[in-house]
Amino acid sequence: MIELSQVSKVFNPGRHNAFTALHGIDLSIKTGGVTVFKGPSGSGKTTLLSVIGCMARPTTGRIFLDGTEITGLPERFATLTRRQTFGFIFQNYNLIRGLTVLENTMIPAYPTGRNYQEIRQRALELLEKLKIESKVPMKVEHLSGGEQQRTAIARALINDPAVVIADEPTAHLDTELSMELLEIVNDLKNEGKTILVASHDPLIFESTAVDRVVSLRDGKMIDQETPR
Amino acid sequence: MKWLDRQRCLMDFTLSCVWRRKGKNLGFLLVYTLIIFVVCSVIFFSNALRRQADAVLHDAPEMIVQKMMAGRQELMPLAHQEDIASIRGVRSVEPRVWGYYFHPATQTNYTLIGRKDFRHGDDAVEVGQGVLRTWGAVQEDKLYFRMVDGKALDLKIAATFSAATDLVSADLIMMSQATFRRLTGMPDQFATDFSVRVRNPQECTTIAEKITGIVPGARPILREEIVRTYSALFNWRSGYMIVILSAAILAFCISAWDKATGLSAEEKAEIGILKGVGWGTSDILGMKFWEGMTVSLAAFFAGVIGAYIHVFFFSAPFFEHALKGWSILYPSFRLRPEVNLFELAVLFFLTVVPYTFITIIPIWRVSVTDPDLVMRQG
Amino acid sequence: MILSPAIIALEAGAVLAAGYAAYASAMAMQIIQGWDIASGSEQQLLLEKKTYLISTIFAWLMAYQIISLFLFSYTAENLHDLFVGAMCAAGSLNVNDYGYPTLVLKAFNCLLCGIWLIVNRTDNSVADYPLIKPKYKLLIGIAVLLLIEAIFQTTYFVQMKADVITSCCGMLFSETEETVAGGLAALPSYPTKVIFYLSVLITLRVGIHHYRTGRAALVYSLSAAWLLILSIAAVISFIAPHFYELPGHHCPFCILQREYHYIGYPLYLALFTGGIAGLGVGVIDRFKGSPSLHAAGPLLQKHLCLLSMIGYMLFAVISVYPMIFSDFRLEGY
Ligand SMILES: Nc1ncnc2c1ncn2[C@@H]1O[C@H](COP(=O)(O)OP(=O)(O)OP(=O)(O)O)[C@@H](O)[C@H]1O
Ligand SMILES: [Mg+2]
Repeated sequence: MIELSQVSKVFNPGRHNAFTALHGIDLSIKTGGVTVFKGPSGSGKTTLLSVIGCMARPTTGRIFLDGTEITGLPERFATLTRRQTFGFIFQNYNLIRGLTVLENTMIPAYPTGRNYQEIRQRALELLEKLKIESKVPMKVEHLSGGEQQRTAIARALINDPAVVIADEPTAHLDTELSMELLEIVNDLKNEGKTILVASHDPLIFESTAVDRVVSLRDGKMIDQETPR
Repeated sequence: MKWLDRQRCLMDFTLSCVWRRKGKNLGFLLVYTLIIFVVCSVIFFSNALRRQADAVLHDAPEMIVQKMMAGRQELMPLAHQEDIASIRGVRSVEPRVWGYYFHPATQTNYTLIGRKDFRHGDDAVEVGQGVLRTWGAVQEDKLYFRMVDGKALDLKIAATFSAATDLVSADLIMMSQATFRRLTGMPDQFATDFSVRVRNPQECTTIAEKITGIVPGARPILREEIVRTYSALFNWRSGYMIVILSAAILAFCISAWDKATGLSAEEKAEIGILKGVGWGTSDILGMKFWEGMTVSLAAFFAGVIGAYIHVFFFSAPFFEHALKGWSILYPSFRLRPEVNLFELAVLFFLTVVPYTFITIIPIWRVSVTDPDLVMRQG
Repeated sequence: MILSPAIIALEAGAVLAAGYAAYASAMAMQIIQGWDIASGSEQQLLLEKKTYLISTIFAWLMAYQIISLFLFSYTAENLHDLFVGAMCAAGSLNVNDYGYPTLVLKAFNCLLCGIWLIVNRTDNSVADYPLIKPKYKLLIGIAVLLLIEAIFQTTYFVQMKADVITSCCGMLFSETEETVAGGLAALPSYPTKVIFYLSVLITLRVGIHHYRTGRAALVYSLSAAWLLILSIAAVISFIAPHFYELPGHHCPFCILQREYHYIGYPLYLALFTGGIAGLGVGVIDRFKGSPSLHAAGPLLQKHLCLLSMIGYMLFAVISVYPMIFSDFRLEGY
């Protein structure tokens, strides 16, 4: 359960280029299910996701994760929460070039203090589940777009997060690959994970897998609809 | 152990990063190694010289007594031997007969020593390796000398000193006392100076005072004083070298700062990704710590091993003149290989410590990259 | 002034360390004034980022301080043949009025840096950073001491003149000398041994009690502090003579020499570990009142207590070693 109350985010406060990206958002997201944030470019989707995912602190307002407040946490603890609770899939995948698929997948688990072999094992299992086990020793820059996508998903899942956050996951994918992604998202949902997606791709927010769509405009929530 | 596992993972990742960018790291590593190599050579070399001098002086008599007149050294009458020997606490007094010989053909000075118990008889000499090298034409194992009266004297080379004692024996020509007196014209009832052995080294100063009372114009030279002079000399010389080198160390530090500050866009993006996927500031700092350690240790080992070979196998050809600065005779002696913890600690302090401190701030700057930046990277 | 690579190294290090400590304390000042954990303002975020920089600087300063302490005593050791009458570090340190104060300051700063790191660790273990202000006040104090240390050390080296006549360990740590050092050397060896090993046992006993139950932290810390002082006395009184196998030789520095297999280094390192960790237990205890530290504090104390006991145990074992494996007997002289 994620709850936001009166969350605002102001960039460069007090300066002439101050910009309010989020205006008093009140939102509560239930555990499990797929929530999609849609809205035009610049409406604050990415900002909202990064605030929810403990990547940035809101300027005002409070955020609760399963009842505990995570707003005022210093970086050290915010990172800990982030690592344990959230998995991220970025718009451009942001894989590290020069490293193999396996290494890229393992990266988020390194600072957790888990045993190296254990992490490796978990990564191999994930890559197998995502059907790219044959690419394990390959450098990521040689991968196709879909394979990169899957590597990024495996990386997001390595710490077994309860919430997966994806920002514009289909921005660089054709329809077929987007459909594949939706299948994976559906599988994750069936495993009980909470999935938050920012997207203006109709393919996504019109998909049957989606439980809830939240629309944003100029940093404000305008309406909520629940398809089906 | 959670902590250990975490360090192991960070180290693993760091090594693969360093390896991935080996081309870029190599140039810097070379400079780092070179700095350590040069500083280390200075330290090894001066300390080895100092140890060698210590070893030589270890067996030296506690005191040498010279005779002075009007501020100049003059010959010591043998008559005083008994006077000194009768002082309480003196174990033995040995007259020493020695001097220098100028060889006109090669314009070099050699040290001559005349020994009472010389093994090879009156027409032979025993010489150091340096003499053989520099004397010029040596025919039929004979050295030709010009005596004080201008006549020629040829002496057979009966033996040479081993290379191990080269520091003290390189320019040495040893012969019997009779030959020495014949060659130099030193009268029989005189010696160059006395070497005095003492029962208790702590009484040296008192005995020295007594000697000056008995022998007019006596100048006692204590072994401890010589050790002190040597010590000061080597400390000063190597310290001076380090001051000269400090410009190089400074330049190196600036380049280290530069390297740590001027990360490529790719490296910055990578750190952004790491923070984005859940690494914290302390994890990045930990990673950078291992990176610094790897580079420093690699440079340290390479530099130290290089310096070891340079100093102990090749006798420091790069700057022996600056440090030794004695006679041209000495170039080829080998130093006894010996390294101690202290020298390495000093080296560490002069190189790795400045490097580490210099890079703290730039490393911190990149490590606090905001994690949400990665959401807008592309 | 004597110029040797070691002196240059120590001086360069002292300048760097003092400089960084001053820099860190300037930031500490900003943090003390501007810290507001509840705020999400950019100012607060920046301050939070700076805490990482300060921690990093101090972790390095601690490492630096330990090496520099040993390098300093080794340098004094190495320079002894420049001075008439000096046989080891004790003599070189005595050539002017700044040698011993520098050494004591170095050791003290080492302790303080260690304690600061422990406080820092404690503070970082809970989300509301309850110790942030006392921690940075302590830091400013340490920075001042580091600065003084740098000044003392520089003065010591600058005023050092070769050929000075000094008195060495034979004199300073002589049983007939009426100074603190002389007094320590004159401690009757047998009772000192009994008191020392008894104190070790009591400290360990208290430590085990604390480790098991989490109680008596202050008692442990106090006994660890007492043991730290007693240990130094013990080194001078009987541990060092046992290593030298000479009843009259009490010097605490000669054990750092090669002739004694550098045994002084592990010995003092173990002592410092025991002392710093033991004091840390007490320092945390002082802050345990803060509500958020209720869970994290005792856990850290337990770990530190264990570390401290290991340090002291190691120290005791090293000190016992020559008494068991050598024929030399100190008693009866
Ligand atoms: N660091 C910053 N400083 C100032 N303004 C910023 C900063 N980051 C984001 N913004 C502004 O905040 C607004 C919201 O940005 P955000 O990235 O959340 O939009 P978005 O909905 O994700 O858009 P898109 O669909 O194009 O990804 C934008 O107008 C952007 O310019
Ligand atoms: Mg966006």
